[in-house]
Amino acid sequence: MFRKILIANRGEIAVRIIRACREMGIHTVSVFSEADRESLHVKYADEAIHIGKPLSKKSYLNQGKIIRAAIETGSEAIHPGYGFLSENETFARACEDNGLVFIGPSPECIAIAGNKATARKTLTNLGVVIIPGSEGIVSYEKDAVELAGQVGYPVIIKASGGGGGRGMRIIYDPSEIAEGLRVASGEARAAFGNPDLYLEKYIERPRHIEIQILGDKYGNYVCLGERECSIQKRYQKLIEEAPSSFVDESLRKKMEETAITVARAISYTNAGTMEFLVDAQKKFYFMEVNSRIQVEHPVTEMTTGVDLVRQQILIAAGEKLELEQNQVHRDGWAIECRINAEDPENSFVPSPGVIQNLILPGGPGVRVDTHIYDNYEVPPFYDSLVCKLIVWGKERGIAIRRMQRALSEFQIEGIKVTVPFHIKVFQDKDFIQGNIDTHFLEKFNNVL
Amino acid sequence: MSPRISKVTAPLAGTFYRAPSPEEPPFVEVGQEIHTGDVLCIIESMKVFTELRAERGGIVTNILVEDEDPVMRNQEMIEIELT
Repeated sequence: MFRKILIANRGEIAVRIIRACREMGIHTVSVFSEADRESLHVKYADEAIHIGKPLSKKSYLNQGKIIRAAIETGSEAIHPGYGFLSENETFARACEDNGLVFIGPSPECIAIAGNKATARKTLTNLGVVIIPGSEGIVSYEKDAVELAGQVGYPVIIKASGGGGGRGMRIIYDPSEIAEGLRVASGEARAAFGNPDLYLEKYIERPRHIEIQILGDKYGNYVCLGERECSIQKRYQKLIEEAPSSFVDESLRKKMEETAITVARAISYTNAGTMEFLVDAQKKFYFMEVNSRIQVEHPVTEMTTGVDLVRQQILIAAGEKLELEQNQVHRDGWAIECRINAEDPENSFVPSPGVIQNLILPGGPGVRVDTHIYDNYEVPPFYDSLVCKLIVWGKERGIAIRRMQRALSEFQIEGIKVTVPFHIKVFQDKDFIQGNIDTHFLEKFNNVL
Repeated sequence: MSPRISKVTAPLAGTFYRAPSPEEPPFVEVGQEIHTGDVLCIIESMKVFTELRAERGGIVTNILVEDEDPVMRNQEMIEIELT
């Protein structure tokens, strides 16, 4: 097992990884930008290395500095978290070349999985049902218009190198394609360092449901059930739950089989997520592989009792999977709210600043994953996620009541956060009844 | 009559970009004539990119921050002599 791991990330996920390491007796090294000197991931780590200016490309995306920090501190492995370098094939390879273990899939696997355009080709050949769209990267307006005409409007343009709603545009008319390509490509470059885009048919009113898998280096796989992530604002997930009230045993089995088929086809190792769109008739389309730990992983942890970050580390260290499929037991219901530093009463504009009078929820069945604390300054340079509030209940109704209670306990001043928005959603009749799809939030139009 | 100077300020804290991408030329240069609606710069705050456009036409007389510099809310970034 590793003695020391460097965490190439910041914020709540860096804290989450440090916690797993500490419970495993592994020393931790944090890296930080000038803007994160006072961040919790710096305070919690055994060692912390300053790696550059606030701008991501000068710090958390600076591969050379991160690798050097790992070597200088005698780290044996690097955990990339999510975002930043987590799905960067070049970085995974640079780790290997420098004798460091990248905690994630192999560079070859990231190249296939992380690049959605390439992944599509591989999967179509396997008979996995995917959404019709471009077989490769779309660069020119002319090609995009032609393809969109073939698959039928509306279409969606997406970043090839990442997710999370960055670098995505829905196009309803050929006249919108040129600007869509330009804006999406700019966002994709800034968010993932890769401006490549692809285009596909846009399925209306679908649910976003994903399957969590684990795979070791010996071809063993387990599925840890689904997560329902349909509550999204401009393709950014805001509320996730496990299980999904829409998924019955038969659908779950079929989706899990497809997830494993995809994983085997690309020799996937480590923790991964297979994302699907499911239409009202329960027909499911494979969307993409997320070759990293995901923001919403805690809802799976809360319902299965499996520590996913610990599993990532064990798998990367060459251990066999700790559990087999028949040992996976799902229990109860977990829901996560992403609390973002945005003003829900003012078009969700970013709200960086100094946090004051913070009171976080607690009590039975409540988990809080965060890097914020009183007097901490939320910098404007990174993602707006400041806290994940997760609850568990024996049934969905109990979990919803618990989330309502936990949200009412949340107090913060100095910055605006999305708690008032979540309070509204958790009072909504359709949400409470599980009547949701990826367009659910459009009914909150007045504030979105 | 002395020329009227308009100052473009940052609507929120973030990073100042002079160009749409590192490979492309800046939106505006000092001495350049601009028209209402022209993009002047981009402010990135928490991964959200906001294009700032000219509210009036004029001549760019000064650019007060460097490309990729952090800016505070309400910080003055570009000076325009209105025409």
